[in-house]
Amino acid sequence: MTLKKRIKRVIQWIVMGVFFWPSLLWAAGEKAEAIVIVADTRKLSGMMAWWGNLYNESHVYFMLLTIVLIPIIGVLFGTVADFIMAHIGIDLKSRELAEH
Amino acid sequence: MDWLYVLMPIAGVEIFWPGLIILGIGVGIIGGFFGMGGAWMVTPGLNILGFPMAFAIGTDIAHMAGKSLIATMRHGKFGNVDYKLGLIMLVGTVVGFELGAQMVMWLERLGSVEVVVRYLYLFLLTGIAWLVFADVAKIKRKERENLHSGETNEQAKGIEWHKTFHKIKIPPMMHFKEAGIYCSAWLPIMVSFLTGWLAGILGIGGGLIRMPSLIYLVGCPTHVAVGTDLFEVMISGLYGAATYTFKGRTELVAAIIMLVGASIGAQVGTVATKYIKGYGIRVVFGYAVIGCAISIVLKLLAKQIPAYSSLFDGTATALILGLVFAMSAYIFIMMIKGAKAEIAAKK
Repeated sequence: MTLKKRIKRVIQWIVMGVFFWPSLLWAAGEKAEAIVIVADTRKLSGMMAWWGNLYNESHVYFMLLTIVLIPIIGVLFGTVADFIMAHIGIDLKSRELAEH
Repeated sequence: MDWLYVLMPIAGVEIFWPGLIILGIGVGIIGGFFGMGGAWMVTPGLNILGFPMAFAIGTDIAHMAGKSLIATMRHGKFGNVDYKLGLIMLVGTVVGFELGAQMVMWLERLGSVEVVVRYLYLFLLTGIAWLVFADVAKIKRKERENLHSGETNEQAKGIEWHKTFHKIKIPPMMHFKEAGIYCSAWLPIMVSFLTGWLAGILGIGGGLIRMPSLIYLVGCPTHVAVGTDLFEVMISGLYGAATYTFKGRTELVAAIIMLVGASIGAQVGTVATKYIKGYGIRVVFGYAVIGCAISIVLKLLAKQIPAYSSLFDGTATALILGLVFAMSAYIFIMMIKGAKAEIAAKK
């Protein structure tokens, strides 16, 4: 086996590992069943229809959208909360209380 | 009142969206305050709102990733996150978790493992609750003794198992600046391996076990234990969100709606740690553990006595949601009181 093929195989194993091995990692309940769920987009329109179609067409793109949107929205609304708390007059830069 | 309901594009069910925001705020406050993901609180909440269980875990993890990210950033600014310790522990957690999960699969092949796991979980939670309250009782006793003997300057100490572990000097020795500890690197690795292994067996995220372990076994101050645990929840949450979504088990619309409430709630919970002493956090955490343990007892009873299963399951759900409401309200009130005092002191 050539070096190029070996590297390709290693990369394939890493990708497989990233997506399939962690199925065991998050098991806060029952495991996700091995059935394919398809979104019924007939009742949807506009943004929601696009959303449903994206899910049906590619779980990879849907996953990429998730891992981009989730941190952005978290930081966005967290920053809004920060802004309000700082506006009230709460010191958000230091903590004085220690262990006791 | 149709505008209060939103159609979930993937699950195909209509969900009362203000309920998702309220649930998000509640678990966000608790998560930011204790440094845990809180899947045990979210899943029954989603169930009550009529959410299909096939999507509950993935959706929960996706929102958890976002809220723990912003809460970790805030805790980091307060000096509550020891990133070095968090990264070292991540190695032990992942390896331990994988071993625990493999062990469960092996046990499943031998026979029904579910009840055994629930009993183990119950035993562990009872142990943690005992540890927290025994620690607080010891502190109070010492404080009384100091008061009687007139030694008011001496700081009362509770359970300090970590001091024994710190005496083990197996190289490499490491200094963790934020946590203020100097110990063998093997101590956090072994503790995270053990807690990861237990979390893998129990099928939980692990924050409920890791937070007290960071305090009692590694020797972190409570605030640093909360922040560092959230750092771990953040990384595992992002990873979990990616894998569950790849498997098509995340209702992203619901996760985003929850996250709107949770990211604000997480900031409130994080700021509340500024105003509550370390031992105060431990006591409230102890009550959360007791609530979780009682809900497991009820679920066990539902399995043992099928005739009353709906009654026990319903009571468990009501108890958990009641706990979420009571604890988040308490933390919010304490945060308001503390903020008022801080603002008044500035004037």
